[in-house]
Amino acid sequence: MFPNSFEYMAPTTLAEAVELMQRHEYDAKVLSGGQSLLPMMKLRMAAPPILIDINSIDELRGWKEESGFLRIGALTRHSELENAVELRDRYPLLAETAVWIADPLVRNRGTIGGSLAHADPASDWGAAMLALHARVEGIGSGGERQIPMDDFFVDTFTTALEETEIATAVLVPKPAGRTAGRYLKIERKAGDFAIAGLAIHVVLASDGTVAEAGFGICACGPVPLRGKRAEEYLLGKKLTPETIDDVSRMVPEDADPEDDLRGSAAYKRDVLRVFAERGLSDIAKELQGEGVVG
Amino acid sequence: MAKSQTELRPLGKSVGRKEDPRFIRGMGRYIDDIVLPGMLYMSLVRSPYAHARIKHVDPSAALEAPGVKLVITGEDLAAMDLAWMPTMAGDKQMVLATGKVLYQYQEVAAVIAESREQAEDAAQLVDVEYEPLPAVVDPIQSLDPDAPVLREDREKKSNHIFHWEAGDKEATEELFRNAPVVVKQNVRFPRVHPSPLEPCGCVADYQSSTGKLTWYVTSQAPHAHRTVLSMVSGLPEHQIRVISPDVGGGFGNKVPVYPGYVCAIVASLKLGRPVKWIESRTENISSTGFARDYHMTAEIAAEEDGRVLALRVKTIADHGAFDAAADPSKFPAGLFSIVTGSYDFKESFVEVDGAYTNKAPGGIAYRCSFRVTEAAYLIERVMDVLARRVGVDPAELRKRDFIRKEQFPYQSPTGWTYDSGDYEKTLDLALEKIGYEELRKEQAEKRARGELMGIGISTFTEVVGAGPSHTFDIMGIKMFDSAQIRLHPTGKVLARLGVRHQGQGHETTFAQIIAEELGLSTEDVLIEEGDTDTAPYGLGTYASRSTPTAGGAAALCGRRIRDKAKKIASHLLEAGEDDVVWDGVSFSAKGLPDKSVTMKDIAFAAYTNVPEGMEPGLEATYYYDPPNLTFPHGAYIAVVDIDKGTGAVKVRRFLAVDDCGNVINPMIVDGQVHGGLTEGFAIAFMQDIPFDEDGNCLAPNWMDYLVPTALDTPHWETDRTVTPSPHHPIGAKGVGESPNVGSPAAFVNAVVDALAPLGVEHIDMPIFPWKVWEVLREHGVNK
Repeated sequence: MFPNSFEYMAPTTLAEAVELMQRHEYDAKVLSGGQSLLPMMKLRMAAPPILIDINSIDELRGWKEESGFLRIGALTRHSELENAVELRDRYPLLAETAVWIADPLVRNRGTIGGSLAHADPASDWGAAMLALHARVEGIGSGGERQIPMDDFFVDTFTTALEETEIATAVLVPKPAGRTAGRYLKIERKAGDFAIAGLAIHVVLASDGTVAEAGFGICACGPVPLRGKRAEEYLLGKKLTPETIDDVSRMVPEDADPEDDLRGSAAYKRDVLRVFAERGLSDIAKELQGEGVVG
Repeated sequence: MAKSQTELRPLGKSVGRKEDPRFIRGMGRYIDDIVLPGMLYMSLVRSPYAHARIKHVDPSAALEAPGVKLVITGEDLAAMDLAWMPTMAGDKQMVLATGKVLYQYQEVAAVIAESREQAEDAAQLVDVEYEPLPAVVDPIQSLDPDAPVLREDREKKSNHIFHWEAGDKEATEELFRNAPVVVKQNVRFPRVHPSPLEPCGCVADYQSSTGKLTWYVTSQAPHAHRTVLSMVSGLPEHQIRVISPDVGGGFGNKVPVYPGYVCAIVASLKLGRPVKWIESRTENISSTGFARDYHMTAEIAAEEDGRVLALRVKTIADHGAFDAAADPSKFPAGLFSIVTGSYDFKESFVEVDGAYTNKAPGGIAYRCSFRVTEAAYLIERVMDVLARRVGVDPAELRKRDFIRKEQFPYQSPTGWTYDSGDYEKTLDLALEKIGYEELRKEQAEKRARGELMGIGISTFTEVVGAGPSHTFDIMGIKMFDSAQIRLHPTGKVLARLGVRHQGQGHETTFAQIIAEELGLSTEDVLIEEGDTDTAPYGLGTYASRSTPTAGGAAALCGRRIRDKAKKIASHLLEAGEDDVVWDGVSFSAKGLPDKSVTMKDIAFAAYTNVPEGMEPGLEATYYYDPPNLTFPHGAYIAVVDIDKGTGAVKVRRFLAVDDCGNVINPMIVDGQVHGGLTEGFAIAFMQDIPFDEDGNCLAPNWMDYLVPTALDTPHWETDRTVTPSPHHPIGAKGVGESPNVGSPAAFVNAVVDALAPLGVEHIDMPIFPWKVWEVLREHGVNK
């Protein structure tokens, strides 16, 4: 349970970090919260010769609302988003999701940037950021760029970030109306990776129709997936029992699960259907009041 | 609230645990805390294949790596006649593989280096060439006459290990032939692992100057390990000192001797330096003693009204590559024949066949008195099948079939003599306390609405305290246990026992027993266990045997001290010995209660003022050979709700009413019950070590072998009835394992009860949500 030996570097500025990444290229791996990387190194499934610890780079911390979006620094810990009361009205899905990630110890160390860059198919943040139509901001030799979530996950443990790029922030669009979010997840035990999970994001227009819809599917494919059919169908409609029923049957169609120790593909698809139905019914009650759906 | 340790007459009181301050503050001294000067570290090379021929092992690259002092291969051990070692079950096991490997993660070579990191790095450099062979993972296929023979070392050319049976076959068949009702159920008890928080490990320290080997090891049975080690290695037994420091959980996992231990000892002997070996989590789960893996079929013959007549059981026991069970010698299937449980079967016939497969060796007792968990689960599960078949409520059925309290001592059809019990009283208390009738009403209402709620009962009987020397031995050594008590001149007590606790609270409970016998407080008594150079001989702590064996020894040893103390009291009180009376805390002369002497006075006199002709000092040793086992029992009730959408089961309530005879420390018993219920819950709902068809272990770590947290675990309700053991010196019975033995059936019975309206009769553990979902969807429940 000891990693192979490695060299450790801890830059204090982003510029320094970028320079180190360029110098060491393939040999370097960014250490953020370390909650996935370090266990993999201890199991010797990963053996990077150089670790670049970005935890001393202050500019990667914290969040602020900028024009049109919330900018969340890559080093933001899961527990910070779990407890960010000021974000709950406009960005409810953040806390809803964060509380489901692993256990309190992991949440105190793990970071949103690290979680996304790790690109685990069972990433709770991956599903939530898809639902929120977020973008990842990265920096490398070619300067800064923004990558939409749909382009970000390339394959299991593989993202669109270049070898020498560092994820610096996540940009979450500001909702254009009343918003609600739910994260539904089933685990074999508390703190386990999801058997299946579903992030749901809904914004209602002033006439009560759906102005924005987001569905992020967790642990049901090689990467976190978007419930595209459900999103398109729901736009412009009201949250009635009928539309919810229709949507809940569409969500599993965009999933691509496999049979494994956590359950069969058929089971996971069906759980997504149940989650979509429960999550949307709950959201309808929250945004429309008890009577509308009833 | 825990009672103070300074109270007199502490027996039966919830005295605060003496061991807690150091454990809670992280100040325990465990195996990995031991650091000796010049210590080296060992890492093992393990097989990636479940079944493969070894073409060659080349350690040369590892030997050249930084810090490496030694590499040991199977051939090296063969040259020392140590490539194989005996198992406690009478089989033998490879220490380091020669010829072929028989399970994934099997030990192939040992690398010893200056640091732990260097040892691990160099282990990766040992070059082993394998020729993979087809793996046999299913024990039923393994017993097929055409299956490849896994163990080429054996004369018997099959994978069949043993056949064992109990009971009267003919009489059982006869009852089955004429029975109005016969039910049959196949039941699998999955392969599970004790998975203690602290994995296994040791430090072997051979001093060439004295020829003495000190072996620090996480052992539940240090004395037995010393004897085994002496027999295997040829080292004289008095030149071996085994020290088992604080043990971070055992649950049966730390009873066997493992290959890594032998390698560390060989390395220390060769190098003349201390060698430490600490397992990783993966090594612990993938290669050390697993439990259960029983494929059982039970049939009950009964009357129309559900009164049972006979029980017939056939079982295939998967032992993996070696039979490394730690059962008493005469019991290859442990005490499985307790399978008639709490019920008055007229006849029973039980068969078990052991099979080899390409899986890790074991068959140890995980918080269980040798296969009693399998037995209790089976009978409690099948009694529910019978209840359903004859249309009788499962609580009522059990009452009809219970052994009645006036039948004790009860002779069971498979040969056990149950010491005492009052099953109806225990069940009645449980039914009343949980509000059984109201729950059944609620269930009926919910069923009418299509909701799934279930109530599960388990009224198990345990058999613990192995054991009486006429029946029980391990490798020939009789399974008595011992206590030694020494009073110092100031009246303080040092007591040592042959057992070795790993969380059971012996430092408190045994101090309570001895303090009670001597009229002192718990604080006055220091308990020491685990050092074979100081403690008297005993077979260790497992199978809930410590209180029934060493606990008895402690009480009787205390009484032996008191006998001598009375003589000294007579001298101090200037009264005839027959006129001296003991009131629980002091001696006084009859009719003169004002003048008394305490044990503290007597202890001082024992070193300063003994009567003419008496040997000075005040100490005694007692080896207690129990006349019988003890038979704790309990009535457990689980209430569950099932989510029809996801198949998730929510345990809404769980009540455990235990009867473990007289209780030494109620708080510690509650703690034991809570821990055992949590493990039973884990077994019922999340634990299994599955293998793929190539024999790859699919749950070799805590990511996939699931250990519940407080967030998963239901709230436990507990209560107690007390039916003392008639033969135990303080009427106690042992309790540590009852909750693990009794609870899985309650959980599963509750889930099956919830699904009963769909016609479901059985569901195998672990009950993952997807299993329930499959049942629901098969029966058209689609919400």
